[in-house]
Amino acid sequence: MSLELRDIRKYFGEVRANDGVSIRVERGELHGLLGENGAGKSTLMKILSGFIEADSGEVVVDDQVIAMKSPRDAIAAGIGMLHQDPLVFLPFSVLENFVLGNPRADRDQARSELLRLGESFGFAFEPEAPVRTLTVGERQQLEIVRLLWLGAKVLILDEPTTGISATQQALLFEALRTLAGQGMIVIFVSHKLEEVEALCDRVTVMRRGRAVGDVPLPAPIDRLVEMMFGRAVKVAERDHRGLGDVAIELARLCVDDRLVSLRDLDLLVHRGEVIGLAGLEGSGQRTLLRSCAGLLAPRSGRLEAGGADLAGHPYHEHREAGIHYLPAGRLEEGLIRGVTVAEHFLLAGERKGPIIDWDSAHDEARRRIEEHSIVGTTDSPAESLSGGNQQRLLLAMMPAGVDVLLMEHPTRGLDIASADWVWSRLLERVEQGTAIIFSSADLDELLRYSDRIIVFFAGRVIAVLDAADTDAVRLAHLIGGKDLG
Amino acid sequence: MEATIATIVATAAPLVYATMGETIAEKAGVINLSLDGSILLSAMAGFATTYVTGSVLLGFLAATLVSAIIAALIAFASIELNLNQIAVGFVLTLFAAELSSFLGRPYVGVRGTAVPHWEIPLLSDIPFLGAVLFDHNLSVYGSFVAVIAAYVFIFRTRKGLELQGIGERPEAAFARGIPVNRMRYLYTVLGGSLVGMAGAAYSLDVKFGWRENLTLNFGWIALAIVIFGGWHPVRAAFGCYLFGALQVLALKLQPVSALQGVSQILPILPFVLMIFTLVIVYLDWFRRFGERHPRWQRLLSSEPPAGIGRVFERE
Amino acid sequence: MTTRRPILRFRPGSRIIAVVLALGFTSLLVAATGASPFEAFRLLWQGSVGTTDKLANTLMTWVPLALASAGLVVTFSAGLWNIGVEGQIVMGAIAASWVAREVDLGTAAIITLAVAAGLVAGMLWGLLAGVLRVYARVNEIFGGLGLDFVATGLVVYLVIGPWKRSGIASTSGTDLFPREAWMPTIGDRLAPIAIVLAVIAIVAVFALMRGTYFGLRLKAVGANPTSAFIIGIRTHRYLLAAMAIGGALAGVAGTVQAIGFQHKLVPAISGGYGFLGILVVLLAAYRAALVAPIAFFFVMISVGSSQLSLRLGLDSSIGGVIQGALVLTAVLVGGWQVQRATRRAAAEEV
Repeated sequence: MSLELRDIRKYFGEVRANDGVSIRVERGELHGLLGENGAGKSTLMKILSGFIEADSGEVVVDDQVIAMKSPRDAIAAGIGMLHQDPLVFLPFSVLENFVLGNPRADRDQARSELLRLGESFGFAFEPEAPVRTLTVGERQQLEIVRLLWLGAKVLILDEPTTGISATQQALLFEALRTLAGQGMIVIFVSHKLEEVEALCDRVTVMRRGRAVGDVPLPAPIDRLVEMMFGRAVKVAERDHRGLGDVAIELARLCVDDRLVSLRDLDLLVHRGEVIGLAGLEGSGQRTLLRSCAGLLAPRSGRLEAGGADLAGHPYHEHREAGIHYLPAGRLEEGLIRGVTVAEHFLLAGERKGPIIDWDSAHDEARRRIEEHSIVGTTDSPAESLSGGNQQRLLLAMMPAGVDVLLMEHPTRGLDIASADWVWSRLLERVEQGTAIIFSSADLDELLRYSDRIIVFFAGRVIAVLDAADTDAVRLAHLIGGKDLG
Repeated sequence: MEATIATIVATAAPLVYATMGETIAEKAGVINLSLDGSILLSAMAGFATTYVTGSVLLGFLAATLVSAIIAALIAFASIELNLNQIAVGFVLTLFAAELSSFLGRPYVGVRGTAVPHWEIPLLSDIPFLGAVLFDHNLSVYGSFVAVIAAYVFIFRTRKGLELQGIGERPEAAFARGIPVNRMRYLYTVLGGSLVGMAGAAYSLDVKFGWRENLTLNFGWIALAIVIFGGWHPVRAAFGCYLFGALQVLALKLQPVSALQGVSQILPILPFVLMIFTLVIVYLDWFRRFGERHPRWQRLLSSEPPAGIGRVFERE
Repeated sequence: MTTRRPILRFRPGSRIIAVVLALGFTSLLVAATGASPFEAFRLLWQGSVGTTDKLANTLMTWVPLALASAGLVVTFSAGLWNIGVEGQIVMGAIAASWVAREVDLGTAAIITLAVAAGLVAGMLWGLLAGVLRVYARVNEIFGGLGLDFVATGLVVYLVIGPWKRSGIASTSGTDLFPREAWMPTIGDRLAPIAIVLAVIAIVAVFALMRGTYFGLRLKAVGANPTSAFIIGIRTHRYLLAAMAIGGALAGVAGTVQAIGFQHKLVPAISGGYGFLGILVVLLAAYRAALVAPIAFFFVMISVGSSQLSLRLGLDSSIGGVIQGALVLTAVLVGGWQVQRATRRAAAEEV
């Protein structure tokens, strides 16, 4: 059998998630889908599995066009998808999860099938155990056998190796090879070069919503990197000044987040220093930022800032110590829908007595709008501003003398002009002694503005680089988990 | 003694219907806050229809229909209009209650037809159990069926498992090809129908008649019992019978002047128990206990379906 | 379970459409019983504001509703469903009744103490629901509901127990309070103090929500607690404060009911004003400015409807039917319009 995607297009407003993608996969092929965050891989696979509908384009199975309106159609066509965070029902048992949604109802038959399939791949299942107690890797295994029992002929795995152990990964790859050998089409979506290289026969590379290349493996790594990230970037020299005192220090910090565990993290950041956090989504950067902010209590270790150990202390104490956090979700975690620009400034600013002086508040807001070139009026609700202006607003809301500024993806979704502007303001603060720790998926940004870059992979810090001594290629390899040494 | 228990079983029958209905709807992820008003309106409709047509069966049908429509309205408002279930349910409960008073006026104090008594032969001769369980009428027997059917359906059938999935994690159910919203409509209306039967059971059996606020806070009590019952039909039914027992106890205590106050406090108990249950869920040790004893886990668990009250959107 | 307040946006036409639909539906109902809808509406008007006497009655009825609604504006702004408002009114009434019965001072002192007692009692009852929500994650709907019933149980216990009428224990209420504990009136009914309290409450809530940092922060917490927290607002404190204020105002409503209207404690002392207040605030789309007129409109309907049963033989619950129909249609129509607009916008983007 064969599977083909023809000219798939999907737009979310102005964002072109999939801009005319075509792929063809043959029977028994292990096909990799490679690309960085935001390249459009997830959207494409959601379309293929029926979770969302494409705006245009066709899904073709065995040279027959399939009407793909819902997951039902996908399942009927034999397409099964394993999500990055497996969509299982936590309070239900393993057996119940296995059976749910399958037209065959016989429990006993199901149980023996579950155990048989599990055994054939080396997976161990306890049918009555609640799925909540299973690790991510085990949940994956459950999903795989479930899809097999459902009759899947195409298996899509979305970033399967995030959060699973090495043993589980080995088992997984074994299973996939076996399945491909039996004629299954396996689509392996990942950012991790090394794994795609190890497992797949062919790979399609996506960038910015397009499929930019379809090559058989093995292929030269540099070629893959170039396809993933685009042309190598010229690194502009940053004027590195002398650094001041310690702004924040992490010592043997251990933090547990849902899928990520940071262990024994040591970091010393000086005033006026810029630290860039590099790595794929979910590798640990957000966890680090949130623990520094005080939103995530570490299991152990020290977090010193402003002369005190803040580990485990509440968020507002971190703020009082001069640590401010700008999360990635501008409207979800930073701004408030329905609240105007002027009101945001009031919320973020110093309280001057209980009563609001609206006139002076509007004046102040107007001043700040001009100062930060925000396109919007004092009465514009936050959601009416464009992404770039929302970011400007968030920055404008930051008080002047911040000691440590934690930012997630400061320029995500912004055009070049806005991004430049954001960084010029940030550098102003740096010159005044603010330390910045920021995460980004943009290699150019990381290289250009950081003093040091910390690379995360699978929940661990795998490298701490001097930005001046590294280049885009090396950085990209590290991010993909491949160390050139 | 037997007579007392039989009374408890009979008195609790309407509550059982309502609780089973709401458990199903909430398991599917939809909160029907209009219970109190729905039951009132259904009770009135059932009684009025029976009075006019002389047929108890038609009365039950009418009652069922009324609550089913209200439930459908909530589902519609939530799924199609993206409105908050609580808001719509709340407005509906007040509206339906007032409507029942208004439309029911002509039927106040009127003698109606009751559900005919029907002793089940043979079974009713069993010592003790016979008198308690099998010496009632169709309405009460129906309540038994409701509990058994609800339990079997939810926990022992494929469709029931899907129902649980819809309420627990609609995205996951959707990914498995289950038409989430369509099913939500179905189960909400099904739940509503059972709620309607509760109303009819009340006005045509337990209380034999209609007057304003006949079913006094029934719906709220049912909501509380659903929570106390941990969204498990059998446990909820137990809660209903417990409440029925408390009611009968209150009646017996009434003539005793020293314990006057106690009999008034009894109706509060389900709510105190409900709050207690909700707090317990929050406590870690309870959850760990459940994990160590998986066979009891389901019966003891008090967590709501995780997706309850939320609207399911595809993208 | 998300219990964020529903986003109610009433586009300009929708309230009018709602009124038309509601009145149309009610007219049909009335006509079906054989009475004339026009006569019915005329009587509603007459019965509520037709004479100065009736107007006074209506105004007094307006007071507790306005007070409770003002409190609900605060709790809704914080994103809370304060279903416990009925219980808060009851507790306020109980506290005020205690003062009325036990305190032996001049009228001015009694009234002041009663108002204070009602305020504190309602506030504490509201805080209880708030604490359950913030620290024990007990949803404020069910927590509030439970507390409503506990409060009702308490008042029934008091009325037929320790505070029963001399001789007979009856659910028709306690003995009337001593005359000193009655709010002074102009004429038969109208107690200016009560009116003043209501007006102060509404104005205060309006000023609080529009003109203070507290109000702004509360609004932020209600709209997006995550962002509010990140910005640095201590969300827990604001949630509790909102419940306290909501409860306090409801408690004062209870006081007015007890010593300004009923002059005794009865089981139904809350008069349903708590839940009715929720309807008022929903229709007002949580805006404090609209609460007073909408509450008055609702009260007109409630009070006027007693005329209907006298003159036309219609059940007085017709008033409740109109109120319910109004809010229901407004919410549904509003939701439908928003959906239509959203769908149109989404279609334009692609």
